Amino acid sequence: MIEQNLCLLLVVIPLIAAPVTAMLPAGRTPWFFTLTITWLCFVLSIWQLTIVLDGSTISYELGGWAPPWGIEYHIDALNAFVTLIVSGIAAITLPYALRTVENEIQRRDTSLFYAVFLLCFVGLLGIAQTGDVFNLFVFLEISSLSSYVLIGMGQRRRALTAAYQYLIMGSIGATFLLIGIGLIYAETGTLNMQDLHQRLQPILDHRTVHTGFIFLVVGIALKLALFPLHLWLPNAYKYAPSAISVFLSATATKVAVYVMLRIVFTVFSIDFLKITSTEFIFLMLGAFGVLVASTGAIFHYDIKRILAYSSIAQVSYMVLGMGFASTLGVTATVVHMFNHALMKGALFMAAGAIVLRIGSSKFENIYGIGRQMPWTFAAIFIAGLSLIGIPGTAGFISKWYFMLAALEQQAWLIALVILFGSLLSVVYMWKIFEALFFHRPTNTSPPVSEAPLSLLLPMWTLVLANIYFGINTDLTVSVAETAVRLLGITAYHE
Amino acid sequence: MSDQHLLLLSILTPFAGAIGIVLLRQRPNLREAVTLLSATLVCIIVVTIFMRFDNAGLMAVDIAEPLPGLKIRFEIESLGMLFALVASMLWLITSIYAIGYMRQHKEKNQTRFYAMFAIAIGSTLGIAFAGNLITLFLWYELLTISTYPLVAHAGNKKARHGARTYLGILLGTSIGLLLLAILITYNVAGTLDFQQGGILAGKLDPAWSGLLYALFIFGIGKAAVMPFHRWLPAAMVAPTPVSALLHAVAVVKAGVFTVLKVTIYIFGTDFITSSGANDWLIWFAGATILLASLIAMIQDNLKMRLAYSTISQLSYIVLGALLATNTSLLGAALHISMHAFAKITLFFAAGAILVAAHKTDISDMGGLGRAMPITFGAFLIGSLSIIGLPPFGGMWSKWYLGMGMVETGQWLLLSVLLASSLLNIAYLLPIPARAFFGKAPDGTTHHRIKEAPPSCLVAMTITSLACVLLFFYPDPFYELAMDIGGTK
Repeated sequence: MIEQNLCLLLVVIPLIAAPVTAMLPAGRTPWFFTLTITWLCFVLSIWQLTIVLDGSTISYELGGWAPPWGIEYHIDALNAFVTLIVSGIAAITLPYALRTVENEIQRRDTSLFYAVFLLCFVGLLGIAQTGDVFNLFVFLEISSLSSYVLIGMGQRRRALTAAYQYLIMGSIGATFLLIGIGLIYAETGTLNMQDLHQRLQPILDHRTVHTGFIFLVVGIALKLALFPLHLWLPNAYKYAPSAISVFLSATATKVAVYVMLRIVFTVFSIDFLKITSTEFIFLMLGAFGVLVASTGAIFHYDIKRILAYSSIAQVSYMVLGMGFASTLGVTATVVHMFNHALMKGALFMAAGAIVLRIGSSKFENIYGIGRQMPWTFAAIFIAGLSLIGIPGTAGFISKWYFMLAALEQQAWLIALVILFGSLLSVVYMWKIFEALFFHRPTNTSPPVSEAPLSLLLPMWTLVLANIYFGINTDLTVSVAETAVRLLGITAYHE
Repeated sequence: MSDQHLLLLSILTPFAGAIGIVLLRQRPNLREAVTLLSATLVCIIVVTIFMRFDNAGLMAVDIAEPLPGLKIRFEIESLGMLFALVASMLWLITSIYAIGYMRQHKEKNQTRFYAMFAIAIGSTLGIAFAGNLITLFLWYELLTISTYPLVAHAGNKKARHGARTYLGILLGTSIGLLLLAILITYNVAGTLDFQQGGILAGKLDPAWSGLLYALFIFGIGKAAVMPFHRWLPAAMVAPTPVSALLHAVAVVKAGVFTVLKVTIYIFGTDFITSSGANDWLIWFAGATILLASLIAMIQDNLKMRLAYSTISQLSYIVLGALLATNTSLLGAALHISMHAFAKITLFFAAGAILVAAHKTDISDMGGLGRAMPITFGAFLIGSLSIIGLPPFGGMWSKWYLGMGMVETGQWLLLSVLLASSLLNIAYLLPIPARAFFGKAPDGTTHHRIKEAPPSCLVAMTITSLACVLLFFYPDPFYELAMDIGGTK
């Protein structure tokens, strides 16, 4: 019974839970309720992944309406993997959220905060689960609207500006997406992804299809903060409440990358990518994104902002992987979605722990703080090494696949960009390490204590996951390879 | 206990030691006892492995398989055995030295120092016993990262700046060039295992082999081939025990060790000579030998002079690898151990002078030898071994390196080698000579200065005696080095 409805339950449970949370009394009750829901979804998502791990798919007809008329949830390894990332990160963020939310959000707002958080969670899960492009748009809007609210709830008044900036850019992106969906609907008369794929193949050279494709790609590129449409992201992540920085940085852009993969490879096809030379555009934008965002990160003196710029760079790597349009390249993208969620989650958690203790993430206020918060510092250090791509960490696995994909196609310039991006990440991460540990404290502020255990435990779970998935890649690589095969991508040959 | 367990134990013991050191941070005496205990244990374990090691059956341990077909693998072979022996013996001696030095010098953050030191040695053993290139790379990076806090130890602006150069060059070359070289190798050969005769022969177009080899030689920044040598002088801001063990033995030897491994087991000596991959690279090594010696001449800071001397000596080993004949490889492998014992003696002496007399500049050391006879006596022995005179161990390695050049008819390189020996005399011998026979710059005598702490003297005496002993009895290292030369 549960197993048959698994993919719907994953969306419906948090959707129903959200309004319930809003009605709960303020305090710790909404937190506990949300915690239970996210963990429940996490367990269900693991279950779902085990079903599709062997390369099979689940097709679920909503309300018994057969596709393509009704909405279909079509789950394969890729959907299940993204759902796992989203629910796993939510489940690990919630224990962390308790103390930071008490610190940053007024008590009377907590029920609303967790309700909106659940809505955002529903949105992201829904995007990952659905097999219908319009349904996907709806969930995208749910997640976007709720994240505007969540970012706007940040402590500083600048959070409102940041949220507004994101709102404008996000709405433009959504509009583009909707126009794109409208155009391909006009051409094919269907919204089901599998059906779209079938019907688009004979008419891939139609001008309307091309226009629709461009609108879709630009819309999604805005959502995933692809260079040069990335400017909304740094402020949004910087001023959001700590728990939200963690959750959004680890999931939101990854889900957008997933949408890009789905639209490009499932709805259209790899052949369409090649005949329109979109792969070349992806490669260029990805390469520039890596360079520009990594260089940008170097010139900032604020941990959260540096991490935000680094997120843009990491997403650019994922786009780069898509641009290779080969098994190795897209495998690298999918593996990096997972690994980046681990490293960025851990890093933003550590940054949040510092904000909890110091009230700021600016360098001038946190010089030498790593000595007083050794565990937090060690977490930043190890997750930072993973971000750089030091062997023995998850980041190295991603980098290895990106490099292999580049070398396979003898794309020497791109290979150099990937390595140079790594070197730039050494520079900006080491700026953080030096400031936190080796710099003498400048102000005579009272000594602070280590972050509380409720922050350290989730943080270190992710840190250890960074090491575990750097040594044992059975899960990540096998899921990625299955997912890539189902996307219809073949190995590169000249 | 089986050999596999011993192998893993030797790598894990320093890490366990590091944890013990951190736990006992409140009680310095116990903490130092843990350092000594783990150093002794590692030494015993490595010697035991050596006694049992017969080279007939290579044994390997697989730990994990992070990427399909790429395992984290450890194995014991002669070259690694030699490196592990040198590193573990000298860790024990350096620990004795460091305790006296750090206490006399009243250094701060000693717990961090000893813990990171142990981790660095664990990583060095990981490099020595690495069974394939990816495992070696893993430990190579870990060694860079674990030594960074040791270089930045003082925490002041100068130390941070030095450490930044150190890390920038080492991580930069390893990510930018070495990783690229490893990936290209994997892309071409489909494996990264160390195999006798190499894995690239027949798979890589010989025309490209020179370029790939250059990526390796320069990518292994720890070997300090010019122009990627700047990190070693920069690392001299570290406390002297760090300069002694890590920047004369562990880190730099890890670099040349990697060069040797790549030469023998990835390229294969036959492939290198037949493809001409080494044609122009030998001149980089030759130039480094001469230039670094010349720069050493003009350094007044003793540790800086020793650092440039190390850069020059490292290129001897790189050159031995690049020539890729049996004799030159024998010389290169021997030089790993011979240079280690001699150079660590020199650094010990430099640290002793700093602790006892608070002097870092050579021009201030006139007449100091009469106040510190043991220190400068050890320095003299170390210098003579570096120069390569009998009866000191350094002679053997230079002998075989020179033989290798004669065999291949590289007369120009042979003259570089001889000129460098003369330069060694010119920049090393004046130091003890001035100390014993010269006068202090202001004409006073050093009657207030006493010898360094006993633990420093003990360490120095042991290593300088080892320099002599290695002349008469180089057998253990010689036999290990012979195995590498291709008798297998």
